[in-house]
Amino acid sequence: MTDESTSAKRSDSDEHATDVHEAAPGSVDKGVVDRPEPDQKPEPPAATWLPDAITTFASIVLALLVGAVLIALSDEAAVESLGYVFSYPQDFFYFAGQAIWDSYSSLVSGSVGSIDAIGITLVRAAPLICAGLGVTLAFRAGLFNIGAQGQLVVGALFAGYVGFTWDLPPGLHLVAAILAGMIGGALWGATAGFLKARTGAHEVITTIMLNYLATRFLLIYLLSKDAFQRPGSDNAQSPRPADSARFPEIGNVHLGVLVAIAAAIVVWWLIERSTFGFELRAVGANADAARTAGMSPARVYTMAMLLAGLLAGLAATMNVLGKGDSLSPGVAGSIGFDAITVALLGRATPLGTVLAGLLFGALSVGGTAMQASAGTPKELGDVLQALIVLFVAAPALVRGIIRLRAQGGGATVMAKGWGS
Amino acid sequence: MIDTGTGTGPEVRSPADVQRQWKLVGLFAVVALALVWFWIDIDDPTVGYLLDNARGEDPREINAHVVVVGSLVVTVIALALAAVNRIPSGWPTVVASLAVGLAFLLGFLVWNYADQSGTGFAMVNPLPGTVKFAVPLVFGALAGCLCERAGVINIAIEGQFLMGAFWAAVVASLLSSAELGLFGGMLAGVGMGALLAVFAMRYLVNQVVLGVVLIALATGLTAFLLSQIPGDPEIRARLNNPMTLGPVPDADIPLLSPLAGALSGIPVIGPTLFDQTLLAYLMYVSVIFVAFLIFQTRWGLRVRSVGEHPKAADTVGLKVNRLRWQAVLLGGVFAGLGGAYFTVGSNGAFTNDMSAGNGFIALAAVIMGRWHPVYASLAALFFGLMTTLSSQLEFLGKVPSSFLTALPYLATIIAVAGLVGRVRPPAADGEPYVKS
Repeated sequence: MTDESTSAKRSDSDEHATDVHEAAPGSVDKGVVDRPEPDQKPEPPAATWLPDAITTFASIVLALLVGAVLIALSDEAAVESLGYVFSYPQDFFYFAGQAIWDSYSSLVSGSVGSIDAIGITLVRAAPLICAGLGVTLAFRAGLFNIGAQGQLVVGALFAGYVGFTWDLPPGLHLVAAILAGMIGGALWGATAGFLKARTGAHEVITTIMLNYLATRFLLIYLLSKDAFQRPGSDNAQSPRPADSARFPEIGNVHLGVLVAIAAAIVVWWLIERSTFGFELRAVGANADAARTAGMSPARVYTMAMLLAGLLAGLAATMNVLGKGDSLSPGVAGSIGFDAITVALLGRATPLGTVLAGLLFGALSVGGTAMQASAGTPKELGDVLQALIVLFVAAPALVRGIIRLRAQGGGATVMAKGWGS
Repeated sequence: MIDTGTGTGPEVRSPADVQRQWKLVGLFAVVALALVWFWIDIDDPTVGYLLDNARGEDPREINAHVVVVGSLVVTVIALALAAVNRIPSGWPTVVASLAVGLAFLLGFLVWNYADQSGTGFAMVNPLPGTVKFAVPLVFGALAGCLCERAGVINIAIEGQFLMGAFWAAVVASLLSSAELGLFGGMLAGVGMGALLAVFAMRYLVNQVVLGVVLIALATGLTAFLLSQIPGDPEIRARLNNPMTLGPVPDADIPLLSPLAGALSGIPVIGPTLFDQTLLAYLMYVSVIFVAFLIFQTRWGLRVRSVGEHPKAADTVGLKVNRLRWQAVLLGGVFAGLGGAYFTVGSNGAFTNDMSAGNGFIALAAVIMGRWHPVYASLAALFFGLMTTLSSQLEFLGKVPSSFLTALPYLATIIAVAGLVGRVRPPAADGEPYVKS
């Protein structure tokens, strides 16, 4: 009964095979139509991106408004004036407005206010974009890759090791280190894909466990070994990668940023134009139908996770070979988890992922600036990120608030339930 | 691929059955080899063990070789049965796998504790620690089961844990009572559940996305709120300095005290089950409660039906989304209790990210346990056991401690890939339902 109902439903969404991400919940099932809106009329198909763009923009504004409330509540002067808000309301609005203005102006100036700031933002965004592309790619195959973090860690280990132990001429060394990083990530990603393909082990469990294996075991274990230990240091820290293995820099921007953009173009081509991409989307839309059509979901799962890991490994090289970070327990930060949100905000498309990565890079850089110059807690940046994605993912809510008439599908990100 | 020629005659067997047989043979053979190696490797087979670590008795002694050989015999018998295909699928396979697993565990344990005579390490009952580590995982798994049986994917257990932990700490500090802190945790869990429900059902947000976002939101919000608690120690003490739950004395268990008193006298098992905090007792009750609720009550039948086929449920007049709301909110209660474990249940004050990925492990337990509250709890206990072992064996030096850190994760991957395999979630899991 499951097979029948799912295949009936999915054959529906097959028609949207080219833009799978629009096969959102609500428009998927025959019997389940979009929330009825009284003035819903068939709109001309032109400019389908416009309502999406407006909703996304409105979501960001809404998130900033909620953030403004939090800023006002975290400002001491404003909170104090709340005590007598009924006798002197202007005081509260003055202090709150002051705090909000200070915070947001330093957020903007810290992230995009100067050439230097833009550079830092780009550098911060590059690994998010790469790892986000990996999550996106897996998404399109119907796989939920939580494992970017582990794949990043293994990629960083490989890239770092080649970076500080091998002795090669400059250009070659960099290429070798990048390849090593991608291979490391790919190995880790492919493990989850292989297990899914061979045994049916759910990728959500295996990628979670592989994350822990990488961050809590492999990284810690290797950093305690002589091969990875920085001479003369007692901390769990490796040597820095050699200069010959570093991305060249222009100003404060390393060329890894261009690599990230190139990766986005390659991933776009891979998903939208290549034969493999067609198989990927077909399996993602309906694995049973794809199998009937002669494709091998098992192979697609393995390959998709391998490529996802490869991209996460590439992301790892951004910090190690770009910023010259040494390997340490915190080498991957939370990039792997942020990458999931970036991919979701980017609606599982390469272009969207790039834009979302840039936005998150800016928010994270701006958040630090906000704390430094306006004293607003840095954690607010994380809250803003989450709110933005939440609003973007709920177009019905945003449209309700800004009273935009429903146009197009009101799509959220694709990603089926648990798949099977 | 038809017949492996193992003496069962020429009948045609399905490839899946053949594959299952090979898997069992391979797995058992590996265990047998490991046990043989343990046997050879043990020089001094005297192992001291303590049945009851709390009561300060002297360790007794056991011969490790006897244990390893006994385990080996069990494994070889199972291996032989598997090789001639005498283990049918279904419960015999489960029993055989469990027996071999237990045999391996015993062999591994005594191997670790053998050759330690000079240092005087005695084997300690790992079960109390198992229950302790499993408490939040079981609660999280129950939350996951409730939500997903009703057809709402809950990836946000980690987020519910964080909020539960934070508010449990704050409420417990404000009211200076760890027990009342539990209510704070529950309320926070229900609040997160309400967010999950409103965005999943009213605004039709993709539930996988929603879960990830809610975790990010909870992580950010708790960190933000924590940074808002001023550094002034006096204020901090009022807001984030909760007492922790102590072990519940036998006599304090309402109604059950004579029974519990008798039960806690049982060696090995007694202290495991009954020298725990209030949360552990709540956990036992909750598992039984949720299992009963889902499988024995009319409400549970309805919840399962909206998770499997909401349209059919709607057709017979059930309020699909109302039932889903109820299930998600009730799940929030348990997730919040699980979160409270991290503050009032063990460590006291809230620190950033203190649930440390346990929500994800609870999620893994839900899937491993096939969306069944009891099996999911067993999976959580399995994880608790692995965690306990890795911390106990760390000091023995037989296995490098970093490998032991990997044990729970590795064991989960092997269990999921080798034994659980393909699982079938509730059919409508993750699909919002809008009446047409």
